[in-house]
Amino acid sequence: MDIERLLKVLGDAEELELENVDILAEELELVMTSVPRPQLPVRVGYKDLSFEKPLEEFPGGVSVVRFGNTSQDGGTRSHSVFVGGEKTMPFYRFEAENPYNPVVAFDVFDMPIGLAKPVKIHYQEVMEDPAEWAKLCVDKYGADMVTIHLISTDPTIKDTPVSEAVKTVEEVLQAVKVPIIIGGSGNPDKDPEVLEKAAEAAEGERVMLNSASLNLDYKRVAKAAMDYGHVVLSWTQLDINDQKTLNRHLFGMGVQKEDMLIDPTTAALGYGLEYSFSIMERMRLAALKGDKDLQCPIASGTTNAWGAREAWMKESPVEGETWGDRMKRGPLWEAVSALSLALAGCDMFMMMCPTSVALFKEMISQLTGDPDMRPASTWLMGVGQ
Amino acid sequence: MKRLGPLDLYRHLPKTNCGECGEKTCMAFASQIIERTVKLTDCPYLKGSHLEALIKMTSPAVRQVVFGKKSPVKIGGEDVLYRHELTYFNETAIAIDVDDRMTDDELLERVAYVTNFSHERIGQELTLQAVAIKNVSQDPAVFAECVQKVAAKTDKALIVCSFLPESLEAALSVCDDNPLLYAATKDTWEQVGGLAMKYDCPVVAFADNNLSELKSVVHALQSMGLKDIAVDPGIHPENLSATVNEFVEIRRVSMNEDDTMNCPIIGIPAACTNPMEEVMSAALMIDRFADLLIFHTTDMYAVLPVITLRQNIYTDPRRPVSVDAGLRTFGTPTKESPLLATTNFALTYYTVASDIESSGLNAYLLVFDTEGLGVEASVAGGQLDAYKAKEAIEKTQVKDVVSHKKIIIPGMAARISGELEQISGWEVLVGPRDSSGIPEFLNKRWN
Repeated sequence: MDIERLLKVLGDAEELELENVDILAEELELVMTSVPRPQLPVRVGYKDLSFEKPLEEFPGGVSVVRFGNTSQDGGTRSHSVFVGGEKTMPFYRFEAENPYNPVVAFDVFDMPIGLAKPVKIHYQEVMEDPAEWAKLCVDKYGADMVTIHLISTDPTIKDTPVSEAVKTVEEVLQAVKVPIIIGGSGNPDKDPEVLEKAAEAAEGERVMLNSASLNLDYKRVAKAAMDYGHVVLSWTQLDINDQKTLNRHLFGMGVQKEDMLIDPTTAALGYGLEYSFSIMERMRLAALKGDKDLQCPIASGTTNAWGAREAWMKESPVEGETWGDRMKRGPLWEAVSALSLALAGCDMFMMMCPTSVALFKEMISQLTGDPDMRPASTWLMGVGQ
Repeated sequence: MKRLGPLDLYRHLPKTNCGECGEKTCMAFASQIIERTVKLTDCPYLKGSHLEALIKMTSPAVRQVVFGKKSPVKIGGEDVLYRHELTYFNETAIAIDVDDRMTDDELLERVAYVTNFSHERIGQELTLQAVAIKNVSQDPAVFAECVQKVAAKTDKALIVCSFLPESLEAALSVCDDNPLLYAATKDTWEQVGGLAMKYDCPVVAFADNNLSELKSVVHALQSMGLKDIAVDPGIHPENLSATVNEFVEIRRVSMNEDDTMNCPIIGIPAACTNPMEEVMSAALMIDRFADLLIFHTTDMYAVLPVITLRQNIYTDPRRPVSVDAGLRTFGTPTKESPLLATTNFALTYYTVASDIESSGLNAYLLVFDTEGLGVEASVAGGQLDAYKAKEAIEKTQVKDVVSHKKIIIPGMAARISGELEQISGWEVLVGPRDSSGIPEFLNKRWN
């Protein structure tokens, strides 16, 4: 039977059963075609269709971390602050409501530092006194939390003795009643000791130690957090695999995911913000999908935005080019960085400029609330700016 | 989500591995098609049903819509929800709004602003794409006159905006540059769709905070045979939660291969009542999938963060984070020319390089291998320290290239200067904290 006849016979068949057949072939190509849907002619006209919400269910989630102990828990904070607990991507409220809003921790330093004018005008009176500085952030600018950065302990800066740094921490704890974060100087040799002693002095307050990283003896920092009941920040540098590695080391030591935040480093708007943005987005999606290495709330040193020349410089260094009002441009730089990272999954923002914080918080209150709306068409009627 | 593997495409390729496309094998060609680094037309043997099948398979999850003839603007064309999944392709287009009640001076000033806008940033020229003309007067004749004035003054693409079909028709009678028609609604889809057909223009479907209605409008336009449709779900500057949720829902159904709502999304920060909020809204929309923005404020403090964020988000994440370490030359340096140093983080390197180039300096630049980290981060993380700097100086044998023994390190790396001087024997000058200060620094400190 030649092939053509075979095909002709098969053309009428609805079903073909092969019995006792060996197929000898080096390459077998199976082409399976789905039955094409009949193309119905589309009738011109308006039909009421319904938009089905594209919901996704995530098997994983993010831990809830609590900062600050009140008298009930043996501390002296006026209240606790919570972050994390996400079940979906930030502000995807059509899918699920995440339990907590992003929080802002204001940066305070233990010595005067160089600041761009839009920031400096808010702090120049208090830069010599960290306790007063912290108080100003809380009382005047509504800080949810405060970070005291003990930068003067760096041997190449002032080499402030650990005992003195501990005193600064105690003063800040006295001056403000919000939960606090304790930051080192970034000196890998000295930070473990500074953070250990600070952790001991702040025992019972449930602060966050900033930070455990692969560049220093992170075990000492993590152990101090566990010994004195604090939260630890796991900090890496724009490398999601490093972040997973460090987190695993810390979990291996016994740190609980309810006692840890993760910070993959914040690059400034215009200078690599997209790296931080995408790493945070990847980390958060991974956590939601069930990656147990990354199921902690995310933190950002958003103040880094001020490292961008467009933020801190008075005017463009290019002849004949203008960058516009620096008192607006700088704060927007920090606020846009914060908002972008909040959308990517960041929970905690270490920020500096009160104007930026106000802009950012206004957006967060919109994104988490249900304000009334006027018709969108008003824009076209000339109502607006 | 619509994700193809090379095997899906391979089936339709000639499988001859002829190499004429430039790739070694058909399988390699298939992989490159997915990365969008080659085109189907690069294969000379693709024809007929296989070509058609491939075109269908590789068409992006979000339809690409083009408006404007003289300076075409491409919006949409995206294949992924999140940039790290592949990359975004067409950066968010930005239009500036004007209206038909503006004085001629104001109108033409704003049009000239869009036309001439150019901002150089890290080796890239950032521009604005379009002018959106609002029919505030509600009068077709006034609108047409305004559109004509604008069209005469710019080659930029136009968006003509009115809820009155008569106004859109009047505008089209004086502008043949394929403007984007804004907007067709539940009540006007037939008339506006008819104009889009007649003048072969792309059109925006609009419904206010009602995605079912929006989908119905898109579907009605599609039923007329229209394909180039963008969507505006209604922007509420006082409730951006609604906006961002609708953007996400629309983009997610596109990724789920919805063939009605797979349209580019339009956001209108211009609806905000003050410039600071407008910038924040624009940032929100760029971060969350907007393909086209209509913006109002033209002060640079407001435009700069928006175009900078767009540049960041639309950077291809497949691009390497670092450049090669080693010694680079700028201009025509001699043995006496200054020796500067920086890190191999691509952004840091390009920023420094563009500052040196734009000031026309003759100089050497020693690029340290900091594992792709910037100066501040690498000094903090130990990827840049005195020993690593010394190693780079020795490895590049820069002592044979310059006659002096002086190196200028970044201001942010001041911390390593003392130790580097001790162990290397070179004189270490601490340069400015920002590379824009290099020319001034050299003026003052380099004889």
